[in-house]
Amino acid sequence: MEQVEQNKSPELRSEELVVNMGPQHPSTHGVLYLELRLDGEIVVDCRPHLGYLHRSIEKIAENRTYIQFVPFTDRLDYLASMNNNLGYVLAVEKLLGLPVNERVQYIRTIIVELNRVGSHLVSIGTFAQDLGAYATPLFYCFRDREKIVELFDELCGSRLTYNYMRIGGVQNDLPPGVDKIIKDFIQYERKKLDEYNELLTYNAIFLSRTKKVGILSKETAINYGVTGPCLRATGFKWDLRKEEPYLIYDRFKFDIPVGTMGDSWDRYKVRLEEIQESLKIIEQAIGAVPEGNPVAKVNKVYKPAAGEVYLRTENPRGELGFYIVSDGTTKPYRNKIRSPSFSNLSVLPELIRGLNVSDAVCVLGSIDIVMGEIDR
Amino acid sequence: MPGMGLLLLKGMAVLGFISTSAMFLIWWERKVSALIQNRMGPMATGWHGSLQSVADSIKLLLKENIVPAGADKLIWWLAPFFVVFPSVSAFVTIPFSEKLVPRDLNVGILFVTSITSVCVLGIFMAGWGSNNKYSLLGGMRSAAQIISYEVPLLLSIVLVVMQTGTLSMVEIVRAQAHGWFLLRPHLALAFVIYLISATAEVNRVPFDIPEAESELGAGYHTEYSGMKFAMFFVAEYTNLFIISAVAATLFLGGWQGPLLPPVVWFLLKAYGIIFLLMWVRWTLPRVRMDQMMAFAWKVLTPVSLANLLLSGWLMLR
Repeated sequence: MEQVEQNKSPELRSEELVVNMGPQHPSTHGVLYLELRLDGEIVVDCRPHLGYLHRSIEKIAENRTYIQFVPFTDRLDYLASMNNNLGYVLAVEKLLGLPVNERVQYIRTIIVELNRVGSHLVSIGTFAQDLGAYATPLFYCFRDREKIVELFDELCGSRLTYNYMRIGGVQNDLPPGVDKIIKDFIQYERKKLDEYNELLTYNAIFLSRTKKVGILSKETAINYGVTGPCLRATGFKWDLRKEEPYLIYDRFKFDIPVGTMGDSWDRYKVRLEEIQESLKIIEQAIGAVPEGNPVAKVNKVYKPAAGEVYLRTENPRGELGFYIVSDGTTKPYRNKIRSPSFSNLSVLPELIRGLNVSDAVCVLGSIDIVMGEIDR
Repeated sequence: MPGMGLLLLKGMAVLGFISTSAMFLIWWERKVSALIQNRMGPMATGWHGSLQSVADSIKLLLKENIVPAGADKLIWWLAPFFVVFPSVSAFVTIPFSEKLVPRDLNVGILFVTSITSVCVLGIFMAGWGSNNKYSLLGGMRSAAQIISYEVPLLLSIVLVVMQTGTLSMVEIVRAQAHGWFLLRPHLALAFVIYLISATAEVNRVPFDIPEAESELGAGYHTEYSGMKFAMFFVAEYTNLFIISAVAATLFLGGWQGPLLPPVVWFLLKAYGIIFLLMWVRWTLPRVRMDQMMAFAWKVLTPVSLANLLLSGWLMLR
């Protein structure tokens, strides 16, 4: 920052360079547009501009029945469609007071945890890509994620936007032989995670690029409403799966990985460890799936009594909240979505002020945003 | 004039080799990266995609040449030539074998290092002339980087010159008749320093900061299209070959080796080093600008200076 002060002398006046990063830029993950003011290579100020992916999903919700809205949740955080489905479906079930059977609970848990693994793999891969590791970690992560995606394809016929969760159940029962596929995947992925540790986590260049870069303090994180791995990386142990257990998370043994100082490396490491924990949950759940029929007999339309409900779930990127107001008709009066990436992105200018452009890209990558749920 | 004709022939041979080598290296890099990333790489054009580079160059030849609005036209037009010309000229003194040297200058290695430094001019011109902020940032970074890494690069070469007492590349190879310089500890250190600095010189990972895609688009050549872009591309791979060829000459005994013909030995060594650099490129992340500069000035330069002093003292003793 001293440089900025020097440049204010009248004899040697230099201008700030305004660089428009995005909406088409390799490392803005979708269509984020950052207006960066640079002094040399130092970021003096940053203003994120949103809205390039706005599809008025919240407004659409007011014109769709409760069941019809499920596919739209796929398009929020498109890397974690299952988790979005779940958040919405749980909220509506709470509004209706609809019970679901045990098998559904188990299937939902396994599926959303698998999706969490897939989502974190994309996050890790793209983060390494942003740091300039030419596509190799990205390809490795996508290779692993492919196994999950293929399983989901078999499960519901879709690879990205699953539309799998139903109000009161799920779309299909687990395909036969899925236990073995998932158990094999867990074994495979554990080996691969060691590989990532060798390739990236403790690589000297990777450490020098991410350690102490973009340090987020606990207070700032809470003030900005940062959640998910970004919050946990600051050392604050907050995971809704433990704090407000939904589904059947209270039955499984797993840890909440936390970071120590909230830098980019911690955010990366927390995600990597969360994959381990998710694998643990899946391992415990897959052996205990009870018998039953997960495909519920559902009504064509639901008419919840007038009232409101807010339900939040732990998405891979943080807390996803659905605030649904019912006026007693078949369509919700209001459906407000609290998306984790939006709050996480809002802290970005705070983090990258005073860093140089390379670090700004690193911090943006470590926050791991998905534009689909920011613009909605 | 018979001498003139021979010179012309040599020039054409060099140009032919450069374009073939660059095309081969581009294909090879794609194959190596595919190998590392569990992919197949180009497969459709020719045997295992071997004609992919030919197809690409035809495509680039036919592409429209777009001049950005507000570009500094003269500088913008000249930049690709300033990048290609030095890397082509550097071939003059590279000894492919004892006889196969375009011209054995008595200042050989000095010529190579000085002419390849001209590249930075072209890169900066491209950055400046494009009227694009990303290009300008890329060009500025590149200039700083190449000039900084020139210092440890030259210091490591000086050690070889001290050892042999000659600047001629052919003589340096002859001096290694009884063992490669790589096998002597102080020269092995110089080799490592040379390889690191040379990687930075040709802007490759982990020092590909001028072209940092995630930050700067494509850096200084963002605005170039068609044949002009191809020239940057060819220059990049020609430079890659040159640094590897110089490394093979200075440290790995050049053309010398048993059984196989000298040219084959030379190419084997050069391409071996290229493979090593490709391996590095597809594995490591990129360092940051300030870290890279600090590494050049605070680590590589003092280490090579100390190495130089120590070896000099040992030689004089």
